[in-house]
Amino acid sequence: MHPAPSVIIFTTLSGLGFGLLVFLGLGLPPVTGWVAFVFFLIAYALAVGGLLASTFHLGHPERALKAFSQWRTSWLSREAWAAVAALVIMALYALGAVFFDTRISALGWLGAGLSFATVITTAMIYTQIKAVPRWHQALTPLHLSTASLAGGALLAGQITIAQILLFLAGIIQIAHWLRGDQRFGEAGQSIASATGLGSPGRIRAFEAPHTGTNYLLREMVHVVGRKHAQRLRLIALGLGFALPLGLIMIPGASHGLGGLAVLSHILGMLASRWLFFAQAEHVVGLYYGARG
Amino acid sequence: MRHQDIILDLSPKLSDQTAKTTCYMCACRCGINVHLKDGRVAYIEGNRDHPVNKGVLCAKGAAGIMQVTAPSRLRAPLRRVGPRGSGQFEEISWDEALATATAWMAPLRATAPEKLAFFTGRDQSQSLTGWWAQQFGTPNYAAHGGFCSVNMAAAGIYTMGGAFWEFGQPDWERTKLLLLFGVAEDHDSNPIKMGLGKLKERGARVIGINPIRTGYSAVADDWIAITPGTDGLLILSLIHCLLTAGKIDLDYLARYTNAPVLLNEDPSSPDHGLFLRDANGKLLVMDRTTGKPMAFDAAGVKPDLAHGLRRAGITHRPVFQLLAERYLDPSYAPEAVAERCGLSAKRIHALAAELARVAFDEAIEIDQPWTDFRGERHEKMTGRPVAMHAMRGISAHSNGFQIARALHLLQILLGTVETPGGFRFKPPYPKPPEAHPKPHATATPGQPLKGPHLGYPMGPEHLALHPDGSPQRIDKAFSWENPLSAHGLMHMVIANAHAGDPYKIDTLFLYMANMAWNSSMSTGRVIEMLTDKDPETGEYVIPRIIYSDAYSSEMVAYADLILPDTTYLERHDCISLLDRPISEADAAADAIRWPVIEADRDVRGFQSVLIDLGARLGLPGFVTDDGAPAFTDYADYITRHERRPGIGPLMGFRGAGDQTGRGAPNPDQLQRYIDNGGFFTHHIPQAAQYYKPWNTAYQDWAVDLGLYDSPQPYLFNLYLEPLRRFQRAAEGHGDRQPPDHLRDRIRTTMDPLPIWYPPLGDDAQTAQDFPLHALTQRPMAMYHSWGSQNAWLRQIHGHNPLYVPTNIWVAHGFADGDWARLTSPHGSITVPVAHMAALNPNTVWTWNAIGKRKGAWALDPAAPEATKGFLLNHLIHELLPPKGDGHRWSNSDPITGQAAWFDLRVRIEKVSPPPEVQPNFPTLAPPHGGTR
Amino acid sequence: MTSLPETTQRKLGLVIDLDTCVGCHACVIACKGWNTENYGAPLSDQDPYGAAPSGTFLNRVHSYEITPPHGQAQLVHFPKSCLHCEDAPCVTVCPTGASYKRSEDGIVLVNESDCIGCGLCAWACPYGAREMDPTAKVMKKCTLCVDRIYNENLPEEDRTPACVRTCPAGARHFGDLGDPDSDVSQLVAARGGFDLMPDLGTKPVNKYLPPRPKDQWEETDILAPFLEPVAESPQGFLGWLDRALERL
Ligand SMILES: Nc1nc2c(c(=O)[nH]1)N[C@H]1C(S)=C(S)[C@@H](COP(=O)(O)OP(=O)(O)OC[C@H]3O[C@@H](n4cnc5c(=O)[nH]c(N)nc54)[C@H](O)[C@@H]3O)O[C@H]1N2
Ligand SMILES: Nc1nc2c(c(=O)[nH]1)N[C@H]1C(S)=C(S)[C@@H](COP(=O)(O)OP(=O)(O)OC[C@H]3O[C@@H](n4cnc5c(=O)[nH]c(N)nc54)[C@H](O)[C@@H]3O)O[C@H]1N2
Ligand code: SF4
Ligand code: SF4
Ligand code: SF4
Ligand code: SF4
Ligand code: SF4
Ligand SMILES: [Mo]
Repeated sequence: MHPAPSVIIFTTLSGLGFGLLVFLGLGLPPVTGWVAFVFFLIAYALAVGGLLASTFHLGHPERALKAFSQWRTSWLSREAWAAVAALVIMALYALGAVFFDTRISALGWLGAGLSFATVITTAMIYTQIKAVPRWHQALTPLHLSTASLAGGALLAGQITIAQILLFLAGIIQIAHWLRGDQRFGEAGQSIASATGLGSPGRIRAFEAPHTGTNYLLREMVHVVGRKHAQRLRLIALGLGFALPLGLIMIPGASHGLGGLAVLSHILGMLASRWLFFAQAEHVVGLYYGARG
Repeated sequence: MRHQDIILDLSPKLSDQTAKTTCYMCACRCGINVHLKDGRVAYIEGNRDHPVNKGVLCAKGAAGIMQVTAPSRLRAPLRRVGPRGSGQFEEISWDEALATATAWMAPLRATAPEKLAFFTGRDQSQSLTGWWAQQFGTPNYAAHGGFCSVNMAAAGIYTMGGAFWEFGQPDWERTKLLLLFGVAEDHDSNPIKMGLGKLKERGARVIGINPIRTGYSAVADDWIAITPGTDGLLILSLIHCLLTAGKIDLDYLARYTNAPVLLNEDPSSPDHGLFLRDANGKLLVMDRTTGKPMAFDAAGVKPDLAHGLRRAGITHRPVFQLLAERYLDPSYAPEAVAERCGLSAKRIHALAAELARVAFDEAIEIDQPWTDFRGERHEKMTGRPVAMHAMRGISAHSNGFQIARALHLLQILLGTVETPGGFRFKPPYPKPPEAHPKPHATATPGQPLKGPHLGYPMGPEHLALHPDGSPQRIDKAFSWENPLSAHGLMHMVIANAHAGDPYKIDTLFLYMANMAWNSSMSTGRVIEMLTDKDPETGEYVIPRIIYSDAYSSEMVAYADLILPDTTYLERHDCISLLDRPISEADAAADAIRWPVIEADRDVRGFQSVLIDLGARLGLPGFVTDDGAPAFTDYADYITRHERRPGIGPLMGFRGAGDQTGRGAPNPDQLQRYIDNGGFFTHHIPQAAQYYKPWNTAYQDWAVDLGLYDSPQPYLFNLYLEPLRRFQRAAEGHGDRQPPDHLRDRIRTTMDPLPIWYPPLGDDAQTAQDFPLHALTQRPMAMYHSWGSQNAWLRQIHGHNPLYVPTNIWVAHGFADGDWARLTSPHGSITVPVAHMAALNPNTVWTWNAIGKRKGAWALDPAAPEATKGFLLNHLIHELLPPKGDGHRWSNSDPITGQAAWFDLRVRIEKVSPPPEVQPNFPTLAPPHGGTR
Repeated sequence: MTSLPETTQRKLGLVIDLDTCVGCHACVIACKGWNTENYGAPLSDQDPYGAAPSGTFLNRVHSYEITPPHGQAQLVHFPKSCLHCEDAPCVTVCPTGASYKRSEDGIVLVNESDCIGCGLCAWACPYGAREMDPTAKVMKKCTLCVDRIYNENLPEEDRTPACVRTCPAGARHFGDLGDPDSDVSQLVAARGGFDLMPDLGTKPVNKYLPPRPKDQWEETDILAPFLEPVAESPQGFLGWLDRALERL
């Protein structure tokens, strides 16, 4: 799939933002007053910023409200609802914490739940797509949510939880890649099933329908070099999980190091997300001779 | 919102107006419904009532809408201001343009009319352009047939009075087996596809004989991956098999062909190899009933194939015996030819057996009585449902005339021509060679030519030669180099004019031919010839070039004066029975184009311009007795011109509107055509549908319509006597003698019975140095060079790779994205390659005419057509490589002069990718008509 | 409405005959032409005369080469447009309800005025049947020419998709695949019509007819009797000829 900057930024930032909101909602840390203000500011900046970035991906952002209508079937619509609900509930919760020094825990728990749900709905948007076997696996929601929670924990300064989550998320990231590498094969689609020309012999795309490019090729048939991908995976793993984990394991880690860990994580996650899209193979590529 | 509530306009209006006219995105001439909204073309679809396409439309036709809005359209007459080839022009007025053209041409007419050479490319108005040239008096006129498929046309007409091309068709409704030889697309584009669809629907079998398996060969049930240039061997071998097995239609041969005609067999006789005739010049056959020689068409004669006649000490044998002897020879056995054809002998046997099976075991009969020219009534029409069709894969070789002859022989031996399920002619065909004009080429200052330029010579006496034996025509058509060049040799005009051989000309007048690009051999050299100056005078060697195009093609840059044409939706055109009509096998049909939209530029329909020029030059027929223009424009000409009394360009609605074929001009004729959907159809009666050359009902119908003035039954020429006449001259008989260096070639190639010889220039050394054959194919969604200016079509074919067969691909270690240098005896090109397994192992190929010159067609100079698209033409030369005998031999069929595009031989090597295809030419300036 | 209808009254769709398609692209351009002028936003082109032309098409013709283990390679032309799936994933993913499947005839459409151009439906479609138009910025797809097939301004016989009407080879058929007696259903039954990527569960309505087996004939020698020689020598041939002529 085309690794569009808007979706990479969206999933990375809003993942982080909603991850942070989960922790804030759970009272981890139990901040109030201006500290709370700063925490919420960061969380909202990331979550809302990410959502805004995602609207750059839309052809008609002015009609975005229509996206709320199909929650019965559409994960994207559900994501919209979950995000708004999470942001509203957490706003109320933040209002209490910042201005009234009171944390209405019930509200916080609810907000945390909704924030987590938002991350899951986002994940489900990708997971549900059978046409992209790499995404269409149980590990996808697990991967996106653990990454989001790990980042949230990191931002929330929950060192121990962050250590556990970063480790877990790192493992799941690797698992997602490794499983992902198998998925296309497992899903069983090939040029033979795509064309239905299965039996008579080896099939090869001879001539594309057009000599130029088109939307499908731009959007869905993206080819990454193997070497390049391996390198990026190491970077993603290193920066996204290993380095932050290492940094926060340093006993008595300062805020400075924490900040570095966050930065590293974000960079790593951007790389991870780039790969998430760029390595995702859509079955439509088969028609154009991918894997042929 | 529930979707049920979504309001869809399920019945939008298509248009405010539907205009029915004729497509011209290619030469197939389908009927179209042009839907107009606010005077703008909104949608084009096929006309269901139209005889050619019956509603369907190809990609090009449907994309016509983008052709009439293309930025490449020329906008006004242009005068060259920069050097030739720079593309620098200034716009001038029509008055000035026409005055200039007249000033250039009038003195030529008065002194040396041959110094004007008028050649028209994809011309659909040849009966006008030819007549104009004839009235001008220059012998130098032809359209594009010579580089296109004259082998096919000439072989068909000489052999059976009609050809493939679009002049005949398989009996799509009834055939059970179709053999397609070397057809990728053809002029009959939609009809062939429709026909294939019909065969598929009925489960009939299609066999594709083609080095390349795309398109029609891809849907064919069987593919015969023949090595290019060897079809003749395959066909003669099939004939060998069929003869051996006696699977031939003896009755048909005896009745309708010259198989029984008596042939002088005595080598010492002056008439050796010629037919025996009676006192009236009628061909003689032996009558089986009486055992006596009789005129072939005598009532009640039963022509004998088995017995000859000795008369005055000279042995005469029926043609059939000679024929059988020749092809029964073991040298034609499948085992003897298979390897050269790239096939297995088993495959050839199997094909022959299948032909025999379908022709004789699946024969069909129609309960339709008919009467033949001998007066015999037949209760039924017997059909042998084997059909064949062929096109340039056979004809664009230097042995193509004889291959096409061989193919017709095969059809005829099986009795499949003009019988149900076989091959059927479309009116005005059948028409034997004798019924065609003979070439006229004697120029007289100030006078018209005595007759039409092009025709069908029956012997050396009809060649277009000066008394000293030198060619009368600039293209050397109808000379000893290519005696039967019935369509002229467009591909030799520029080279000969440049060389001053046979003489120099002054003005080259071209219409609708992109001669500085895709229709030239060795494009780079042609560009040089067009821009070359005489060092003494400083003038261009070809002093003046006038060109009419509608778009800023590559050729525009090489003209001195441009007469910009309209697009096809903005003018009148006439698709006439005098020319290349749109008839079907069961009906005569003709059609028009008419201006369905108004031109928004200062352009004029070329035919109207030609008529105007004719009047300005005072050409007979173009002016009235008092010197006034005879016609206001082309529409007026179409309506009022009469070629023979009562016979004009259009057959329909003549006289008071109720006469067909013959009748006085009708001022309402064009409107009647428009009201009728742009065409007119005149059906052939049931009893006249088959056996047309011999069927009295058909002959009478044709006379009635005005196709000819008296019935013209004839015999198919298995043995082609005119060829023998040329051979005899080469043997030293007669007063018109070929130059000595051509004697041998004429003797061997002009065999009156079909032969196969290797393509000229295909000698052992060439085959070793250049082991591969290189071909082009027409892409179905692109018409020569025009399609690239079409925003929709160029997305489908924006560049072209060279397709390489698996063995070569592997041997050279090619991978996707690689490039190769392709070298022929004449030059090399560097181009992208792609792999293809469904390809003859000795063949590489590419799509034709996708490559474009930078800056042409109002495309961005960085367009893929110019950077990755390429032509094979750079590798092809109009002459063969020097043989060291002091002569340069033409790369053409020695009989017809057909350009041998497909004889190209190459070698291939892998090279590192250059930034763009090689060679590349300087960018053309956009002419005033084009914007960038 | 992005919930799929439980059932549709009819299942209108195309049947494409891969044995007959010659790959001429006529259907591609007829579709482009019709849909540029009708249903919703025109199909735009980018850089039409430039170095990298591209544009929106709702129907495109691929070609594939098949190399069997034995015998000659084959080529198959393969037109592809929306298959109007019964379980259309493109519909259920749509957040706005712009994508929907009509319950009356099963046609899958995009209501362009509701489309936010998120592209998700195109991701969800396994077949590459949806293209976002870069100018209109809404999702375009084959409408099965819904504005032709019921169009009262068209003569009855023309109420068929533009691509079907134009196909010179007659390789495209249109009809109700829900009705087992319809011509198209009969054709599918007779010729073994198949689905593309059936295990993705999309249940395409459109069907493809397989190419018939090719190059079958060398395997048998049943044709040999058709070439039994009539004579061994030219003289023998003449004898045969004389006898054969007697029989005429
Ligand atoms: N390598 C290779 N070369 C070949 C062939 C091949 O198979 N291989 N085929 C050969 C054959 S068979 C042919 S017929 C030739 C064709 O070659 P050309 O006859 O040169 O073919 P076109 O490209 O059709 O060029 C015709 C010109 O007509 C112009 N034109 C289009 N419409 C109009 C109009 O309405 N009015 C006017 N006045 N002009 C118009 C176009 O802009 C173009 O410049 O190519 C030959 N060249
Ligand atoms: N779409 C479209 N239609 C066109 C045209 C166009 O440019 N585009 N051009 C028109 C013109 S001017 C013409 S002349 C006709 C030509 O129509 P076609 O005769 O179909 O011409 P080509 O495309 O040159 O195809 C020649 C075919 O012959 C095959 N071939 C080559 N050499 C041999 C051989 O030795 N033996 C056999 N058996 N096959 C061989 C090639 O592989 C190819 O398939 O098309 C007309 N129609
Ligand atoms: S075949 Fe196509 S381009 Fe040629 S006349 Fe017919 S519709 Fe037009
Ligand atoms: S083919 Fe694609 S766009 Fe069409 S209905 Fe099926 S999933 Fe949707
Ligand atoms: S692009 Fe339009 S139709 Fe497709 S899912 Fe988004 S809103 Fe729905
Ligand atoms: S049915 Fe209509 S919209 Fe669909 S591919 Fe055919 S022409 Fe295009
Ligand atoms: S129009 Fe018909 S034959 Fe041509 S590509 Fe389309 S389906 Fe195939
Ligand atoms: Mo041609």
